[in-house]
Amino acid sequence: MGLDKTLVVVEANGSRVLPASLELLTQARTLAAAVEAVTWGDAAELAAEVGEYGASRIFHVGDVDGGLPGPATAASIAAIVESGASPDAILVPQTYDGRDVAARLSVRLDKPVITNVIGMEGEGDGLRSVHGVFGGTKVVKAAFTGGKPWIFVVKAKSFAAEPSGGAPAEVVTAAHPDLGLTAAAKIIDRHVEESTGPKLDEADVVVAGGRGLGSKEAYGMVEELARLLGGAPGASRAIVDADWVPYSYQVGQTGKTVKPTVYVALGISGATQHLVGMKGAKNIIAVNKDKEAPIFSVADLGIVGDVHQVLPKLIEALKARR
Amino acid sequence: MTAWSWLCRCRRARDWRTTGETRNDKDMNIAVCVKQIPDPADPPGLDEATGNLDRSGKLIMDDSDSYGVEMALQLVEQAGGGEVTLVSMAPRGETSGLRTALAMGAAKAVLVTDEALAGSDALSTAKVLARAVARVNPDLVVMATESTDGYTGTTPVQVAELMGWPSVTFAKKISIQEGKAVVQRQTEAGYDEVECPLPAVVTVTAGVVEPRYPSFKGIMAAKSKPVDQLGVSDLGLLADSVGSQGARQQVASVEDAPVREAGAVVVDEGEAHQDIVRFLEELKVI
Ligand SMILES: Cc1cc2nc3c(=O)[nH]c(=O)nc-3n(C[C@H](O)[C@H](O)[C@H](O)COP(=O)(O)OP(=O)(O)OC[C@H]3O[C@@H](n4cnc5c(N)ncnc54)[C@H](O)[C@@H]3O)c2cc1C
Ligand SMILES: Nc1ncnc2c1ncn2[C@@H]1O[C@H](COP(=O)(O)O)[C@@H](O)[C@H]1O
Repeated sequence: MGLDKTLVVVEANGSRVLPASLELLTQARTLAAAVEAVTWGDAAELAAEVGEYGASRIFHVGDVDGGLPGPATAASIAAIVESGASPDAILVPQTYDGRDVAARLSVRLDKPVITNVIGMEGEGDGLRSVHGVFGGTKVVKAAFTGGKPWIFVVKAKSFAAEPSGGAPAEVVTAAHPDLGLTAAAKIIDRHVEESTGPKLDEADVVVAGGRGLGSKEAYGMVEELARLLGGAPGASRAIVDADWVPYSYQVGQTGKTVKPTVYVALGISGATQHLVGMKGAKNIIAVNKDKEAPIFSVADLGIVGDVHQVLPKLIEALKARR
Repeated sequence: MTAWSWLCRCRRARDWRTTGETRNDKDMNIAVCVKQIPDPADPPGLDEATGNLDRSGKLIMDDSDSYGVEMALQLVEQAGGGEVTLVSMAPRGETSGLRTALAMGAAKAVLVTDEALAGSDALSTAKVLARAVARVNPDLVVMATESTDGYTGTTPVQVAELMGWPSVTFAKKISIQEGKAVVQRQTEAGYDEVECPLPAVVTVTAGVVEPRYPSFKGIMAAKSKPVDQLGVSDLGLLADSVGSQGARQQVASVEDAPVREAGAVVVDEGEAHQDIVRFLEELKVI
């Protein structure tokens, strides 16, 4: 254990810490003697959960006043660093808001950031991070050569989340200076696209469709199969771009990383940017009419066939078993 | 006065470039950052010695940025006045990717090219782009959420912080209403409507708009559009604050990602769905 202290950026959905942050708290325990957390959410409500995952203290950014959380959170972390109680490493989940926090923080501290991190190894007093390049086909191990704190932006599902059974974290306010115009963007409305069933990045079964389905209507078969298997529907970017399904369905480099027990790829070619988001699945089933499709190189069971033939029969067979 | 504070002052004065034209209040002047990258269809290797990308081949416009160019052109058209200026940092005075965007309809480009920039990380790149953006003095900067080759996804917000501006990432729709940007920002659950005063940095994702194909006329016109070439010192930056020295990180190793073994492949002759059912049974999913 080389580092003294690690600070983890904690993102929450209401009163629940997001899995990506719990994974980082768990990993932080293996890297440093002390783990602290910082959040723009309701720190008091989150104190028990982050404590259970090993953080002794949770810094509270305060009310972001309907704005995006990036500027205030980055300024609060910079203030912690400058107060003299600086962490050695700052771990940020690679989420929409996490990247904003890391980018603004890097400018405030004039420190570089390593993003797309999928692994971390202690190296004496230092730390090596592992990140993918070329759409995840190659992995690079890198280390910072400049001064601490080091900023890492880590992809979800890179580490397992395990509680340590710690006591609730102490809640501390982390004040920040005036943010000027940087915090001027305000959320005026939220649109929630309702979905039933398990969440894509937490589901045990993911059934994903691609352009090979041929039409938006045919995606209904993907949803039906997902329902029958108690799983979540997913998508390739091609059909998100075509507006068949919302972006939140996208699996891959610019979408979600999923690691279900079973991933079913229907009419998906298997581009590297798609594979990087799902090749961690325990089992992969693919249906594609092109026997040369790259998806077959990762599939445990590959069916060379037409989704319009195979899927209706599969759905019927599963319904018949109920 | 440092060059930087001089640039900042100029940001306030609308017609500092003494172009002679008077700008209309409604004009939208938009800077679009365009990364020029090796063709992803023919990817280059990593330089064994430095761990940096080998960028010796010809460069093209990153596909991710074609959406930003299109979005900016549409916003200028809707405003009824103004222009799109491209900003790029690339080695060897590379302009081939910029010509593509100029052919789509951008008016001009600022290109920063300097040997000192080799091996730049996102923060160094952002420092360069921010100073180039300050010269352009735009109402809005449009960038891509992440580039195809580097995909750090941090450069745009670093530019915003360096400028002291707000930013909205992951935009799927942008409109200008009463001098503010109104952005639909993708979220985990759907999207947020975000209102943001200008100037600001907004990043777009693929698929927000359909990039136009350059017309023959556009391609011809692009050849004579101005590309202003600058070096690091023109921007008032110190060479050791950017490039590989500014990056302050070292690559220890580069390896192939672990590959998965391919399993059974069955050609469907009408009964392949049974194989899937059996497989799911074995896994106890059903
Ligand atoms: C920077 C960057 C980031 C990206 N990020 C992502 C990402 O996060 N996620 C992602 O998915 N992609 C991403 N992409 C896009 C990726 O490169 C591919 O373009 C995309 O994954 C292709 O989607 P697809 O497989 O649905 O479509 P296609 O590649 O068009 O494949 C369709 C497949 O369907 C098969 N097919 C056709 N008809 C049938 C039929 N009747 N029955 C069965 N099979 C059929 C075809 O043989 C083909 O293999 C990214 C690209 C870039 C440049
Ligand atoms: N060298 C560059 N020149 C111009 N724009 C760039 C450059 N590098 C990054 N950008 C912009 O920043 C976005 C995000 O890049 P990245 O941080 O590499 O993912 C890109 O899609 C571009 O819009």
